[in-house]
Amino acid sequence: MNWLAIAGLGLVVLTAGMMLGFAAARGKVRRLREIRAFSHLHDAIGRAVEEGGRLHISAGRGGVITPQSASTLAALILLRRAADLTSAGDRPPMATSGESLTTLLSDDLLRAAYRAATGLSASFINGRLSGLTPFSYAAGALPVIYDESVSANILLGHFGLESALLTDAAERKRAFTLAGSDSLSAQAVLYATAEEPLLGEDIYAAPAYLHPAAMHLASLRTQDVLRWLIIGTVVLGALLKAGGLL
Amino acid sequence: MKLRGVLSTALAMSFGLIILLGYFVNLGAVRQALLAWAVTLAGVAVFFGIINLFTVHADKVRKREKNWPYSLLLIGAMLMTLLVSLVLGPQHPVVLSLFQAILQPVEASLLAILTVTFVYASIRLFRRGATWFSVIFLATTILVLLGTAALPGVGYIPYLGEYLRPLIAQVLAAGGARGLLIGVALGALTTGLRVLFGVDRPYEGK
Repeated sequence: MNWLAIAGLGLVVLTAGMMLGFAAARGKVRRLREIRAFSHLHDAIGRAVEEGGRLHISAGRGGVITPQSASTLAALILLRRAADLTSAGDRPPMATSGESLTTLLSDDLLRAAYRAATGLSASFINGRLSGLTPFSYAAGALPVIYDESVSANILLGHFGLESALLTDAAERKRAFTLAGSDSLSAQAVLYATAEEPLLGEDIYAAPAYLHPAAMHLASLRTQDVLRWLIIGTVVLGALLKAGGLL
Repeated sequence: MKLRGVLSTALAMSFGLIILLGYFVNLGAVRQALLAWAVTLAGVAVFFGIINLFTVHADKVRKREKNWPYSLLLIGAMLMTLLVSLVLGPQHPVVLSLFQAILQPVEASLLAILTVTFVYASIRLFRRGATWFSVIFLATTILVLLGTAALPGVGYIPYLGEYLRPLIAQVLAAGGARGLLIGVALGALTTGLRVLFGVDRPYEGK
């Protein structure tokens, strides 16, 4: 095992230890900082249920066994939370994605949420594969935004430039849109085009804001601590380099 | 938690742990075998994904939902591509030309539409309410564009392309991008660990 592998394993163990520690000391966890996008998402979900609108969640083009799996997992976790809140409404939520395994998982989660909310088995397919290439995925998701009485969209996961087509469609339909991606180019596009963009690690914070459990709050606090550690290391490294010691 | 839930959580946690450890210690053939299983499962998932696509659009046609003729077109194109690929093989020039002559031009035109979408989006950014961030965002975009391309009749604007654009793209933007990527990496790590701990179970529709 080389030093890089040891450092990597050390980081994973440290992170796991901090998460478990913070979760155990949940009484000392501070309040979540205000993120406007999530406050507006709560309002939009409430409006969707009251006014008979539909919630559309797109988990992007990433899969669960690809390098983008973390953002897809975050999207699926959020999907289940949002579906639990809206499945009892007049129009059950819909999910689109550009990857087969993600589609099967999202359909399964939507069915489970519908069953939990109504006690009935879903006779419809609301988890849909919209296309397997970037633009066919966007082209396939557009009819859902335009034709399915969608009043709120959550676009979370791995996207590319094609996400602008989805946010543009949502804007034309005057539907609320919360959007975030793990891709830098998509984040730039979403910043300009989405009503409520999420940047950086905010996409992974989404489940904590929709349904804060001890471990979700602990993982946010762990991220904060690790971020300061990294900032300290970067600054120290820069100073040592400037001083000719590195 | 029902037996199915316990079993799926235990399987996900143990396989996740083996794959994670495989990045740091040499687990030999075990990790490779698990990844090979995952690839096979992903292949099966594509098959079911296509069935999902077919079923959704067949349902639209059957119920004569809005824009159902497009769904009919999709099903027809899907069946035709499947038939031609099965008969001629996926590497046959005719099959390849289906992608090169139809899919690629259509995707290229959607990319062209994006250019207009971005211009429109930049106007909407201000309509939603101008903030300092939106002003900086748009000003930076314009400066980088002017520093990248020559203007008709004017040519390249002095200093923009040589000094300002590289400063923005290689120093300011690269620094910001690294900061965002570090945040994304930390978020990915904690999300993965939550799934590994069994706290979040997005694979379990119960």
